[in-house]
Amino acid sequence: MNVAVAIDQVHETQYAASEASPAPKRIVVAYGFWIFLLSDIVMFATLFATYAVLVRSTAGGPTGAQLFNQGTVAIETGCLLVSSYTCGLMALAIGSRRSTGTYFGALITFALGAAFLALELREFANMIAIGATPQRSAFLSAFFALVGCHGLHVGAGLIWLVVMMAQVATKGFVPAVHRRLLCFSLFWHALDIIWVGLFTVVYLMGVSP
Amino acid sequence: MTEPQFDRAPGDIPAHVETQAWEPSDALVYTTGLVLAVLLTATSFWVANTSVLWAPGIALGLVVLAIAQMGVHLVFFLHITTGPDNTNNVLALAFGLLIVLIVVAGTTWIITDLNANMMPSSDLMNLRMQR
Repeated sequence: MNVAVAIDQVHETQYAASEASPAPKRIVVAYGFWIFLLSDIVMFATLFATYAVLVRSTAGGPTGAQLFNQGTVAIETGCLLVSSYTCGLMALAIGSRRSTGTYFGALITFALGAAFLALELREFANMIAIGATPQRSAFLSAFFALVGCHGLHVGAGLIWLVVMMAQVATKGFVPAVHRRLLCFSLFWHALDIIWVGLFTVVYLMGVSP
Repeated sequence: MTEPQFDRAPGDIPAHVETQAWEPSDALVYTTGLVLAVLLTATSFWVANTSVLWAPGIALGLVVLAIAQMGVHLVFFLHITTGPDNTNNVLALAFGLLIVLIVVAGTTWIITDLNANMMPSSDLMNLRMQR
């Protein structure tokens, strides 16, 4: 009897969300984008698995230890990590509707993301210049597919960031822009999480004996 | 009747509750995450290059450090918590991780097994000569 009363009380105080009106659009949108990001991570998992399977299949071509430069990778990692941090600070500025802070955070995030992408493209160009093209071996195909896919995501994120800043400038902090900015910061943090797996599996494990 | 309790959107910073307990400011949360992530990254790069550690254990150590850093990113940058307003986000994440684990572990296991059971090419050559 007492238990039943206790359960009734819980029901009264903790009014279940499913019995209420639908959740606010902000929560629905962010949750949907979260599901998309998880499916994106699953896609990266398949590329990681492919890379792990093919990493020894160099077909007599160059191996990772011969190709990768750890200094470049460390700078790339630093760029992406700090840009993830400034993206978080930008989210705080957006939350308190400070447009100067938002633009400043976006500028640094963009600059660091662009620096990351430039370093990665230079690395790819150097590899292709010495004949380490995706056609050379299964290992290089898997490498370019995995790292290139992440690079494409970063490039898309940079374009998205520019579009968002244009929307902030023209529309101001309306709810729709707020939601998109929340999705952007989710996307940018997720890219950094994928890069953690990437520099560990591809670069650090590739160069350690 | 109280207000309905909706789940928190992923990536949203938890609202500050008016309590006596000290709470870190939002910027401090991000800064803590950055410091922890930098420490873990630096450790990863050190582990990969040092000769102090037992070489066969380095790969495992790197995986552990990477998973720890992903956790730091999830908690400090994406604000995923175990709170009741985060159940949906955590469940979706758990399902994603299950699929990732099945794909990665399953693929490497099966292909490693196939590779191990593959006849070495020298044996193939011998077979051809015996025929």
